[in-house]
Amino acid sequence: MAGPWGNNGNNGDDGGSGGGPRNPWGNPPGGPSGGGRRGASSLEELFKKGTGGGFRGGIPKRPGGRSWWPLVAIGFIVLWVLLTSIHRVSPQERGVVTLLGSYSRTLQPGLHFSLPTPLEQVTKLDVEEIRTIDIPEGESEKLILTGDQNIVDLAYSVRWNIKAPELFLFQIADPEETIKEVAEAAMRAAVANFTLDDTIGSERSEIEQTVERNMQQLLDGYGAGVVIRGIAIKKADPPAAVNDAFKEVSAAQQTAQTYLNEARAYAQQLTAQAQGESAAFDKVYEEYRLAPRVTRQRMYYETMERVLSKVDKTIVEPRGVTPYLALPEIKKRAQQPPITTVEGQ
Amino acid sequence: MGRIMQNPVALGIIVIALLFTLLNTLIIVPETRQGVVVRFGEPVRIINRYQTDVPFGKTGAGLLWKIPFIEQVVWIDKRIRDVEMEQQQVLSTDQLRLQVDAFARFRITDPLRMYIAAGSEERVSDELRPILGSALRNELGKRPFAALLSPERGQVMDNIQAGLNRVARQYGAEIVDVRIKRADLPDGTPLDSAYQRMRTARDQEARTIRAQGAKQAQIIRAEADASAARTYAESFGKDADFYDFYRAMKSYETTFQGGGPDDPQSSFVLSPDNEYLRQFRGN
Repeated sequence: MAGPWGNNGNNGDDGGSGGGPRNPWGNPPGGPSGGGRRGASSLEELFKKGTGGGFRGGIPKRPGGRSWWPLVAIGFIVLWVLLTSIHRVSPQERGVVTLLGSYSRTLQPGLHFSLPTPLEQVTKLDVEEIRTIDIPEGESEKLILTGDQNIVDLAYSVRWNIKAPELFLFQIADPEETIKEVAEAAMRAAVANFTLDDTIGSERSEIEQTVERNMQQLLDGYGAGVVIRGIAIKKADPPAAVNDAFKEVSAAQQTAQTYLNEARAYAQQLTAQAQGESAAFDKVYEEYRLAPRVTRQRMYYETMERVLSKVDKTIVEPRGVTPYLALPEIKKRAQQPPITTVEGQ
Repeated sequence: MGRIMQNPVALGIIVIALLFTLLNTLIIVPETRQGVVVRFGEPVRIINRYQTDVPFGKTGAGLLWKIPFIEQVVWIDKRIRDVEMEQQQVLSTDQLRLQVDAFARFRITDPLRMYIAAGSEERVSDELRPILGSALRNELGKRPFAALLSPERGQVMDNIQAGLNRVARQYGAEIVDVRIKRADLPDGTPLDSAYQRMRTARDQEARTIRAQGAKQAQIIRAEADASAARTYAESFGKDADFYDFYRAMKSYETTFQGGGPDDPQSSFVLSPDNEYLRQFRGN
């Protein structure tokens, strides 16, 4: 029986004395004592035998003498057909099939078959993924004129995904660039209808919705096959050049609030004080009304007692005497009260 | 024949030549393209021409054929393409400048005309670009500055589109849409003066807010003063004489309060005639 490598017969036991052509590296029958030349010549012989045995061409023949080429080619083709005609479409994907360039059908998620590649081609697109376009890219300023001719620095992002894969593929030359430009145009148009204060403040969501609506309308007009999921204004600030002036306004608001707070605190304090004092007076007055004379005298003496008990007192008999008021002396004593007290004792 | 079949080289050449001819005969037309078949430089027919409202799959795309080597296909984009314009400076009727950036979207609807008039889609773009610019300048230049900000409100864009469409049709193209992407004040003086205006407006606002705050604060204080005065008057008015006495006592106590090492002591020089010393005198 002919083996695939064309060696006729005698396959099997190699483990013998090592003399046969099965073992090219083995010593020739002459034994290990043989020289280099003899080894070389036996190798030549071996090659001659090998060539004679059917070592012609790169790929040997299969049994029956026919070439292996057709089998290999068929194998390739089968593999090719299998690889290019079975398609697994993931849940988030859709597959657009074109038959010789012409749109044929859109594959839903699952396992699908198509004609092999040169005939039918499948382009898979992710329709669930929400894509985001940031405008402007990076940290640069994007200045837009507002309706009251002011300038606002705006940064926003557009979220979109593919709605109709076949439209997305065939309708517009550069869908992403188109979406970006449409977003810019819609945003500019929307902001031009609002004042700066509205843009910065309360009307942001209104602007977002307007832009989203207009973009969708425009893109549907192009037949772009995309859905705008949302516009998010990330930044709506006055431009950096005038930012200080805007901060000044909020600082002024704080200042004004401070004024008000201070005034209110003063008012509270004053009112409370007035109420307290008048209440105290009312109480005393009630008592006083019951016994005016006694109360009056009591209050007088008590007050004098409190006042005079803590101060230096000098009683001068003025009649006929010109009192010398030692005011500097008093001052001195006032400056050094402890010493004076000691001396006085 | 038999000899040829046995000569592998000759066989190979024949197979390759046949394949080449076949490939040159068949045209695979994708959905995104239309083509003009040209025979010796002369256009003979149009393949997969754009038609409105024909769904994909029903168009002329697919496998077509032509006469090999004699006919060539000139491919033309069937999709919507854009004309990106360089910034244009527009002067409004009130002599204010605006830097305008616009785009137009077009589609080749007449490939044959386009092939004859322009040759390629890029040429169409190039031809439309300056026209878009001048149409924009002309149309916007008829309006005051404030109207430029929101040109969508008026007929402006429609007029521009119509004007541009007239030219585009000569190139076998159709304008799908014209939009203003940006409308900015030019750098330099116009932008700086706008900034200056914004700054002064904010400054005015800040001052107003502060002044309003101060005003409110003053009113609050005055009201408090008035209310305190009213409270005092209501209470003390019951007996003016006693109030005089009562308040005087309070006042003495506060004024002559001495004591404490830091506080210089008041010194009193009393005359024996003093009311306080009436009993002290013993009479």
